[in-house]
Amino acid sequence: MAGALARVIQGSKTQLGIIGPLANLNNVPVRYQQTQAPPAKAKYGPLADADRIFTNLYGRHEWRLKGALARGDWYKTKEILLKGTDWIVNEMKTSGLRGRGGAGFPTGMKWSFMNKPSDGRPKYLVVNADEGEPGTCKDREIMRHDPHKLVEGCLIAGRAMGAQAAYIYIRGEFYNEASNLQVAIAEAYQAGLIGKNACGSGYDFDVFVHRGAGAYICGEETALIESIEGKQGKPRLKPPFPADVGLFGCPTTVNNVETIAVAPTICRRGGKWFSSFGRTRNSGTKLFNISGHVNTPCTVEEEMSIPLKELIERHAGGVTGGWDNLLAIIPGGSSTPLIPKDVCETVLMDFDGLVAAQTSLGTAAIIVMDKSTDIVKAIARLIMFYKHESCGQCTPCREGVSWMNKIIYRFVDGNASPKEIDMLWEISKQIEGHTICALGDGAAWPVQGLIRHFRPELERRMQEYAAAHGPSKAERLY
Amino acid sequence: MLSSLRTGVQGLWRVSARSLQTTSALQHDSLFVHRDTPEDNSSIPFEFSPANQKRIDALLAIYPEGHKRGAMIPLLDLAQRQNGGWLPISAMHKVAEILNLPRMRVYEVATFYTMFIRRPIGKYHVQVCTTTPCWLRGSDAVLKAIVEATGCQVGGNSPCGKFSVSEVECLGACVNAPMVQVNDDYYEDLTVEDTKEIIEKLKKDEKPKPGPRSGRFAAEPLGGLTSLTEEPTGPGYGLQDALKA
Repeated sequence: MAGALARVIQGSKTQLGIIGPLANLNNVPVRYQQTQAPPAKAKYGPLADADRIFTNLYGRHEWRLKGALARGDWYKTKEILLKGTDWIVNEMKTSGLRGRGGAGFPTGMKWSFMNKPSDGRPKYLVVNADEGEPGTCKDREIMRHDPHKLVEGCLIAGRAMGAQAAYIYIRGEFYNEASNLQVAIAEAYQAGLIGKNACGSGYDFDVFVHRGAGAYICGEETALIESIEGKQGKPRLKPPFPADVGLFGCPTTVNNVETIAVAPTICRRGGKWFSSFGRTRNSGTKLFNISGHVNTPCTVEEEMSIPLKELIERHAGGVTGGWDNLLAIIPGGSSTPLIPKDVCETVLMDFDGLVAAQTSLGTAAIIVMDKSTDIVKAIARLIMFYKHESCGQCTPCREGVSWMNKIIYRFVDGNASPKEIDMLWEISKQIEGHTICALGDGAAWPVQGLIRHFRPELERRMQEYAAAHGPSKAERLY
Repeated sequence: MLSSLRTGVQGLWRVSARSLQTTSALQHDSLFVHRDTPEDNSSIPFEFSPANQKRIDALLAIYPEGHKRGAMIPLLDLAQRQNGGWLPISAMHKVAEILNLPRMRVYEVATFYTMFIRRPIGKYHVQVCTTTPCWLRGSDAVLKAIVEATGCQVGGNSPCGKFSVSEVECLGACVNAPMVQVNDDYYEDLTVEDTKEIIEKLKKDEKPKPGPRSGRFAAEPLGGLTSLTEEPTGPGYGLQDALKA
């Protein structure tokens, strides 16, 4: 599920301000709570091929060790490891990389949480490859076509936090992707790149693959930890945070596949290079998935802050039937609220740009819907997804999402009362923020987006239904 | 007088209406409890094959001492693979025995995860993704074609016993929508014709070629690359000064 759901995204300006100093390049003092827009490049994207990190995204080249070495993976890894913990964490901080699983938490800071004085417990790195957010399929491409980037990333991230092993939790359905990854790990062990004395640096590090068994909720970091421990994937209450008590009771950091896989390239080319892309506090390159009603759906690596319209027209061949045929776009995977066409015209694809448009970047999985779409049905189908995937631990989510599902499927036909629109809004607000994990929030946001932008459409359907069948039962009852 | 009567009647109406609002009895694809059947009951013995015994040792080795329970999901998966794609109760008991756990701990896990199937299924388990990104690109037609071609109901087995069809949530291949998963393989970019062809091949026990059907290799845009047209850069490209020595 990824932290697409995590609440940091809805964070206040103060929270975003934390990221300020990390991405501050020129030593200009940063004003927190600033009202001024950060200094901007004139134009973001397209990215030059030489600046792309995932050079084998489309699987045109060999994915095994030989091919990976030819593309520059595992180059000077030993030197990077020998630079030490602080150097690696500092590079990550300079790069301004924010977690790619959806929540957008600054990675350098997350890693630095692990460097508290040791109390003798081992530390673990857990990589979240439980990619299940509808619309998202970026990690799959990394694992099957560039698995060595991930394995090398595990080693470097593990070094930065002093971890003794990494567990890669991959969703059970990705059987072939898991075998590719397993082959890559075996090759790395044989070549002495990981294992005892990894890369000749004197540091011991193991990488293990753990396959899941089909539960979206296991993408939530604490549910994922529970699942590796062989329990039901039900999220834990925080605190204690995983950095204190995580996997097997030891300090743990959970990172997304993409976050880990870009780390070696950032260390090699420098944090400054990475932070030269995108707007301040939104730096770097990012994998975008463009699915739905476009002419050529694809996964592509682009610069952050690229305008949404340009991204779709350049890489996905445009919206089917032309840009004017666009109805709405879900910009960051199923849990982010949709945005209508007039917002899509100008919005920039980064964390701040999308928060300003009352949605979020999430996993940058763009779902495009043209005018032929039954928009209510599209959102209803997403709510059914959340109803199916709710783990059942917290009452607001377990019961509330079922209620929302019942109500919204009546909205599809218009068999409802206009008063119920506000009722649905209220239910979604009662779910949001009242659950242990962010799945509840993720289920509430799509509904809120629908009501925010398509209320007239909902009302029109209800009028039509009333004209054809007489007042709905809900209208008579409430 | 009249108005109070009306309020009273409305109140009654409301009470009866509320009592009609029930939570559905089944909130899951399958039944949570076990029911003994001739094919699935605890008196049927289950043993891991010698090859799988070795795999079990390898799986147990990756979890630290005292936390061997972590191997539960891999072991259940192994048992399910050995048993033709579904997980009988005696296999769960075997896993509990290996991990030295109460049986209940295994039941909990086996009922929580959707990939553990606790009823006999066909040789080919066809899972059709119908979540929004696939639905937008016509997964309903694909599902209908599969139901017609195999003769199964959604969530059931075909009369010949060879196929099982389920409607599943997002399988994570959204840019290649619509797609289905047959056992371990993904079939992507499907049309109704492709789907029928896949089912026909499976009926003859031939293996259709997995992957996208539209002619592309993976997730690149169809009809010409828009990026990554140059050769990949080699080792040391753009190396930062701190590492040059």
